[in-house]
Amino acid sequence: MTDTALDIRASAGSQARAEALTGPNGPKPRPIISPRNIMIYGTLFVVSVYYLLPLYVMIMTSVKGMPEIRMGNIFSPPLEITFQPWVKAWAEACTGLNCEGLSRGFWNSVRITIPSVIVSIAIASVNGYALANWRFKGANIFFTILIFGAFVPYQVMLYPIVILLREAGLYGSLTGLVIVHTIFGMPILTLLFRNYFSSLPEELFKAARVDGAGFWGIYFKIMLPMSLPIFVVAMILQITGIWNDFLFGVVYTRPENYPMTVQLNNIVNSVQGVKEYNVNMAATVLTGLVPLIVYFVSGKLFVRGIAAGAVKG
Amino acid sequence: MTDHAITSVKVNDVSLNFGSVEVLKQLNIDVHQGEFLVLLGPSGCGKSTLLNCIAGLLDVSSGQIFINNKNVTWDEPKDRGIGMVFQSYALYPQMSVEGNLSFGLKNARLPKEEIQKRVARAAEILQIEPLLARKPMALSGGQRQRVAIGRALVRDVDVFLFDEPLSNLDAKLRSDLRVEIKRLHQRLKNTMIYVTHDQIEAMTLADRIAIMKEGIIQQLDTPHAIYNKPVNLFVAGFIGSPSMNFLEGELTNGAVDVGGTSVSVGRYGFEPGNENWSGRAVLGVRPEHVIVLNGVDTQPFSFDATIEIVEPMGADTIAWTTLGGHSFTFRADSELNLEEGQKIRLGFDPARASLFDAVSGERI
Repeated sequence: MTDTALDIRASAGSQARAEALTGPNGPKPRPIISPRNIMIYGTLFVVSVYYLLPLYVMIMTSVKGMPEIRMGNIFSPPLEITFQPWVKAWAEACTGLNCEGLSRGFWNSVRITIPSVIVSIAIASVNGYALANWRFKGANIFFTILIFGAFVPYQVMLYPIVILLREAGLYGSLTGLVIVHTIFGMPILTLLFRNYFSSLPEELFKAARVDGAGFWGIYFKIMLPMSLPIFVVAMILQITGIWNDFLFGVVYTRPENYPMTVQLNNIVNSVQGVKEYNVNMAATVLTGLVPLIVYFVSGKLFVRGIAAGAVKG
Repeated sequence: MTDHAITSVKVNDVSLNFGSVEVLKQLNIDVHQGEFLVLLGPSGCGKSTLLNCIAGLLDVSSGQIFINNKNVTWDEPKDRGIGMVFQSYALYPQMSVEGNLSFGLKNARLPKEEIQKRVARAAEILQIEPLLARKPMALSGGQRQRVAIGRALVRDVDVFLFDEPLSNLDAKLRSDLRVEIKRLHQRLKNTMIYVTHDQIEAMTLADRIAIMKEGIIQQLDTPHAIYNKPVNLFVAGFIGSPSMNFLEGELTNGAVDVGGTSVSVGRYGFEPGNENWSGRAVLGVRPEHVIVLNGVDTQPFSFDATIEIVEPMGADTIAWTTLGGHSFTFRADSELNLEEGQKIRLGFDPARASLFDAVSGERI
């Protein structure tokens, strides 16, 4: 009698324990189709379509022939693919008297962008390094003026710079435009570099000083090797900014030195003859290709650098 | 003491202001040749700032710094004959261990063979030879700090500066490296100035400790003197763990009246001239100087107490009680198995205690 009672109690106990063990276990299952997921992926899908649709239309139109474009179905894929518009945009389209297509503008843009990017980054990185690590007298005033420069609208300075360049004998030349790009890139780039260098441990700088490295020694041997991400960010900002620039290009250069953007505008806005939409679309994609490639190639480093150089203090 | 007579580092009336904030106030320190001096204090007391001034990484607002009898106040860090070790190790991440060690020597344009010789010697002393080809990323915290010490070592300088070198390490490594630094000091016999906020490090390593607070050196003395004869309430409270019991009361006729309990301080060693001092005073008693009495009152002063809280630490036990309305802790043998609510009799010798002026905080 007592034995069975004990047994019952024991089995009841083990049952309770078994139940405790069979409860929720491991990661909580999450259904794939839930209101949360629908919201997230729905939003992402709509936003992607919103941004990709114009690109889709551009590329489709650029590989159609003119008769097909006149039919008006801009969303339909091409019935007959032709790359003639691309060839024409690159090598044959006319702006004014010159019929070399975009290629000349492309090479002008290359000749403007490369020196501008190199010079502006070289100067700005040294500026940022000096501001972050060598707190010289008047550093704060210098920095305030520089930041102030970032907020002055470009248009205000257009004409004064025309006069300055003319006096220096550089108006209309590529050199003049490179100088302008270098100067206008300075505030934001210096800020970027200063913040990045400030985020590096200060003790590293102190250790290098105790080790007898000077201003340039620390810059080249200690700081530069640690700064790849921020240099990539600066390069992307400058390459896309200078490549996409229209205003300075049209104001400070002569027609034979026009950058690609200005030439694109001249092709697209030419008023003579038929509007060749396919050529215009191809020319536009060609012009945008360089910044696009830069973003794709350096995407990961870009994100890392942006996080590292985040604007603060 | 004869070799201590030569001054290695002299800080003369050094002040430093950041704007209107006075970080260092007219500091004077003489560090002897081969001495291990520890700058100890709570964070923000200016100890690291002082070290940076000695290293030449910060310009002083006024005053002078001498290293080996040479006025280096305006000299660059590299020309001061110092090596420095930082809390965050500050190893150059893109260089190998060997590159880190030789960077300073290359900057000084030393011949290749000399650089190799010095790096090899430092690596041998610190036992980091197998690591020479590695990058700092691939090292553990203890190894990194060893390399950082090595970087100071290769410079072949007379003065080593340590800026909280062990604070980033875990407790076990910290005590290992502490011994190693002591061994290094015994072997090299360099002057070492060591900044820390850890009193164990200070007590174990130092020949002398300078306790700082708000840019002023409170006491500069041997660890023994600082522990046993703190000059003021701040030093008394800062050194020792658990910290000293402070019992405030009226001092008259050689006895302190602590909340109704009279503690005779007849055998207390007053500072010269203070023998007949009277007024509000603070009696400081170290928890480890309190003895649990077993029936016989062996101590000059004894009282009954009820234990309120017991904190077993393994080797011994910290117990909390009250004396004359003041919280009172004492350290007891863990074998006593003290329990909360237990009534016991405690005693201590006022001659080993400290007396402070309750108003100024100075030792009486």
